[in-house]
Formats: sequence, structure tokens, C-alpha cells
Amino acid sequence: MGTVTTLDKMKAGEKVVVRDIRGGCGVRRRLGNLGIHLDDSIDVIRSGFFGGPLMVRVHGVEIGLGRGMAEKVQVETEDEP
Amino acid sequence: MRIALVGQPNCGKSTLFNSVSGYKAVVSNFPGTTIEFISSKVRVNGREFELVDLPGIYSLSAPDTEEQVAREYLFKEKPDAIINILDGSVLSRSLELTLELLGAGIPMVICLNMVDEARRKGILIDPEKLSDELGVPVVPTVAVRGKGVPELFEKAVQVGKNRAGGRMLPLSLDVEKIVKELEPSAETAAGELGVPPRLLSLMLLEDDDQFTETVKQRFPELEDKSSFLRNRLSESHGRPADVVLSSERHGLAMNLFERVAQVRPKDRRLLREQIDRYVMGPYSGYLFLAAILLAFFLSVFSLGKHIEEPVLGWFESFSVYLAERLDVSTLFFTVLKGLLEGFSGGIGIVLPYLVPFLIGLSLLEDIGYLPRAAFLMDSIMHRVGLHGKSIIPFVLSYGCNVPAIMAVRVMERRRDRFVTAVLSTLIPCAARTTIIFALAAFYLGPITAALLYVLNILVIAAVGSIMTRIMPEVSPGMIIEIPAYRLPSLRSMAAKLWFRLREFIVIAWPFLIGGSIVLSLLDYYNLSGIVNGALAPFTGGLLGLPPQVGITLIFGILRKELTLIMLVQALGTNDFAAVMDQEQILVFTVFTLFYVPCLATLGVLRSVTGNSGMLFTLVANTAIATAAALCLRILFAFA
Repeated sequence: MGTVTTLDKMKAGEKVVVRDIRGGCGVRRRLGNLGIHLDDSIDVIRSGFFGGPLMVRVHGVEIGLGRGMAEKVQVETEDEP
Repeated sequence: MRIALVGQPNCGKSTLFNSVSGYKAVVSNFPGTTIEFISSKVRVNGREFELVDLPGIYSLSAPDTEEQVAREYLFKEKPDAIINILDGSVLSRSLELTLELLGAGIPMVICLNMVDEARRKGILIDPEKLSDELGVPVVPTVAVRGKGVPELFEKAVQVGKNRAGGRMLPLSLDVEKIVKELEPSAETAAGELGVPPRLLSLMLLEDDDQFTETVKQRFPELEDKSSFLRNRLSESHGRPADVVLSSERHGLAMNLFERVAQVRPKDRRLLREQIDRYVMGPYSGYLFLAAILLAFFLSVFSLGKHIEEPVLGWFESFSVYLAERLDVSTLFFTVLKGLLEGFSGGIGIVLPYLVPFLIGLSLLEDIGYLPRAAFLMDSIMHRVGLHGKSIIPFVLSYGCNVPAIMAVRVMERRRDRFVTAVLSTLIPCAARTTIIFALAAFYLGPITAALLYVLNILVIAAVGSIMTRIMPEVSPGMIIEIPAYRLPSLRSMAAKLWFRLREFIVIAWPFLIGGSIVLSLLDYYNLSGIVNGALAPFTGGLLGLPPQVGITLIFGILRKELTLIMLVQALGTNDFAAVMDQEQILVFTVFTLFYVPCLATLGVLRSVTGNSGMLFTLVANTAIATAAALCLRILFAFA
């Protein structure tokens, strides 16, 4: 399996799996509301230019995620097939 | 019979609501709460019932303050039936709320909306299968085009009469065991709180703030037991209990989704990705954003000017006509004149600016551009403690503050709405721009005028930082769904335009007309002198302006354009430089730039942020304007 890091460090085109969400149940709930849960797999579509937000795809839905939010999501990179 | 619409944000609730409540609906607002919900008496297929459009909620448990409104309505007001609207294109996520709602013990119908979009995405849903699984009727609809809507309400009325509930899907064995263990102890409390025992048990295990707090105070034994079980649940799973339960729901919803839907991925996504590559690209995205905003402004302004001039000209000649026919010295004529001015003022805002603005805004909204603009602006807006979505009202404010403040509704959080609405009133609208041009640019040069805009942005950024620091939020940032591009439907655009226009007509216009009559009366009774005298310590003493400007500032509250016209009248000359020195002109311009927004804006502000927002703006803007003007005076004193 790949390395564990936070979502905000990922680059466009990378595929990751959510391993942990830090920062209390408020953050977990807001992410869960839009479909980001533990063990979900996420495609990073665009990654912040000028320290801006990330765009990810999860369960077929595209979501804009501010840096602060992405930082709370611990992810593991998926191995290249 | 009362039927409530419940669903996740952006699933088409309001479209459905509008499609049956129409224009003739008796709509009542319930203000004073975080966000209002709308209810309306409707008639479908000859049956009359009350339909309630609740704010969008993602989940029943641990809601945001905003979602609280919807939840409280469900638990306390107990509608006879709920219509749970699912966005077919994000079915598995929508089902998570459905699973929770099934436990609420209220008769329910599922409205499977946006089935057309789901199909385009390659998702084929079997409504009968879904209905079998959950034990409630499922009606596929395309609310935008009114498809399936009559059948939906027919079914809703039916379940409301039969009081038929749905089936609850069981959780995993070990979790289910814990819930079952808590349930009997929760019965008394559940009865008093008006919710089913199972729902209360789940809420307590999830550590829902509100329920846990209430139970802690009134049923301490139950809280002891639930906190014991909560710990057991989290220990056995190695995760907090709320995560265990939400993962359970998530898993159930995903499984259910797989049983009732088939997914055939299509390549349509490619087109969207192609578009987004430019529209959201690192450089092209900002160029595109600037181009769209510029085009939006230029078209609205050129259109607005072409309409405003003839319309106001017509009113002008009408009042001249009236003045010839009637005795201008009577009280009746004075009131009539005020009424007419307020009325034409409203027309002068609505027709030329508000209508094109709202059409343009809903076009951008319906296509799906606004979330993309918010995405692009997020990092910049973070500097003042807000996030990307605030950019939309800010940009609109340069045209007119009224539609801008209406647009703060794109933000979910009350605090963000409040701060953005208040900051929007500090942005110079078209009318204040005329003042800046006519005074600062003309007498002091274009560079000074440009500097005023820079000063304005700096002040707004500073006020924004202060406000967001005073009202801190736990929210660590933006999270926003970037929807697929959609072709706007004329029908929903027309409905939206009407709803927003009605807001202006009902709320802001009366303000304008009332204010206008008061000002006519001031004039009639020759009270301008008294007003100027009363304001003199402020205008003359503090700001160092000629005392005659007092009344113009009051008129400026009515409509900003009037400031300039009244200034001519009050000073008795067109050549301001003859009666005011450079310092006075600059101080006056800066003061009008920041002080109290016009009555129409205040009216809308009140409807969006409540009295507190309006009062706060009145005080804060006056204070900011005074402080800015004073700083200038001090600068001049040293220069």
C-alpha cells in the first residue's frame, strides 16, 4: 500500500483512500454530508493553485474543498495498477 | 392536511414547491428563525392541502443551526406526511437522509427527482424495487418540467390519510444489538420529546448535541446508559460512535443503491472536463471569471440606462402634468408627490437594474457557474475570513446592493450571510459611483477617484477581518459541490425571477414610498432648516462641511442619486467648487461612499439578516463613514 499523508498535499490525477478524518465530529459530518467518509476512494481532479482549494471526485460527484478542510483528511495513495 | 418537503440541498425541493404553489399562492414567511421556511396552501387534482418547503438538510443528526429549523419542524410540528425528495443523480448520498427519515415515524413518499439527469449520467434506477425495499411509494419526477408531480401529491395525500409508515433497514448485528439495548430505556423520554424511541436512541448514541443536552437535564439515567453504550460501541469498533453510525448509514445506502440502480458509465463527462479545464484552469479560469463579470456588468448597465431614462422621463412629465392641474401648495399634492417619487424610484430600480441583474444571476446560477467562481475566489476571500461564495454578492454590489444582498442566500451559514450582506452595503453601487465621479473625479481628478475605490476595498477588507474575528466559526473552510453544467429552464428562471422580484416589491418598495412621503412632508412644512440645524454639530462641527448639506445626506438615504440632485438644490449652485473647498468635497464624497445604504437596501437587508443586521449596518456604516471622514480631516490638517 502507498504512503499516508493529508489530502491537501495531493496532486491532480492522484487516487487516494480516506484513512482518517481529524478535527472533531463537525468536520466529519460536513465531509460526510457531501459523501466523503472513511475508506472512501477519492480522485483528485485539480489541486490548488495560489494556495487555493482542491477539486475532488467522490462517488461520482465533484466537490470543491478548501485547503483547511483538505488538511484534515488523512489519505493513503493507491498503488498504480 | 400538512405535507412537508424534505431533502438535501439542491435536490429540487423549491422547484417542486414553486411548480405547484404557483403565483397565486398565499405565501407566509416565518422570520426570526435562522432561515425561514415557506408554507403555502395548494390545490393539486382538486385536493387542497398545506405544503411546507423546508430548508435543505443533509442529515437529521447533529444539524447545523440552519438545518435545525427543518429538524424542529419535523419533530415538533409533525406534518401529516413528508415528501422526501431524492436527487437521482446522486442517489446513494440522498438515500442516507431517507434512511434516517424512515425512522422519524412520519408517513412518507419518495420523490425520485432528476431521473433525466441520472439517466444522462448512466444511472438507471428501478423505482418499484426501491419502493419494495423501503415500503413507501416512490414516484419518479422531473420537477423542472412538472413531470410526475400530480401523481406525487396524489400519493402523498394517500399516505397522509392511511398514516402508512415505511420499513427500516436493520444495521449490522452488533450495532443493532446496542441500539435495541438502549431503546426500552428511551421510551419515556421519547414519548415526552415526541420522537420514536429508536430515533432517540440513535441520536443519543451519535451524541447529538441537542438531544443529549435535553436528556442530560431531564432524564439523567438515560444519559448515563447511553453514554455507557456509546463508549462500548466506539471501543468495539475503534472509532467514535458517531462515525460508526454514519458509516453504517453510508454502507446501507450504498448497498441499497446497488440493489435498486444500475450504473453504465458514459463518456459524457469528457465534455464537462474539457470545459472545466478552461473555466477552472489556473490562469484561464481567472481571465474567464473577469470576462464573465465584465460582460455581465456592461450588458446590465447599458440595458439599464436605456430603460431607466425613458421610464423616469415619463414619470417626470407626469408629475409636471400633475403640478399644472393641481394646486401644488396643498398637503394632498405633497403626499401625492412623495408617493409618486417613491413609486417611480422603485420602478427606476426594478425595471432597469433589478430585472436584468436577476435574470443574469439566475442564468449564472442555473448553468452552474457560481460554484466554480466561488472555487476560484476561495483563497483570496480567506484573507478576510470569508470563503469563495462571498464573491458573488460582492461583485453584484457594484451594480446595485439590492440584488447583491438577496444573493447572500447562496451561502449556507447564517454568519457568512450576515457578514457578507453587511460588507456588501459598503460597496459603492451604481448610484454612489455617480457621486464619486461627479464630485471626486470631476473636482479632484481621476486618480483621487480611483484611490477612493482602493480605499473602499481596503476598508471593506479591514471591516471583514474584524467582523469575522468577532464572530468566529468553527468551520475550517469551504466545501462546495461543483455541479454538472445544466441548461437553464425558462420555467424555473421565470419562477425564480418572480420570487425575487416579489421580495423587492413587498419588502423594499413600501419602505421607499413611505420614506419618500416623509421627505415630501419635511419639505412641505419647511423643516429642512430644522433638520440642517439639528445635524449642524455633526456636519458642520465634526466633518467641517457647509450646514446646508445636512438635508442632502438624509435624502441620500432614500436614494443615493438624490444626494447629488439635492446638493445642487441645497447649495443653490452646480459649481460645487465655488461653495466647498477641496477638503470639503473629498470629505463629503468619502462620507457618502460609506454611510448608510439606501432604504431599498435596508429593506432587503432586514428581510435577509433580520432587524439586527439592519441596525448593525446603520450604526456600523455611519461610524465607518464618520471615522473615514475624520481621518481625512486630520490628514488635511497635517498636509
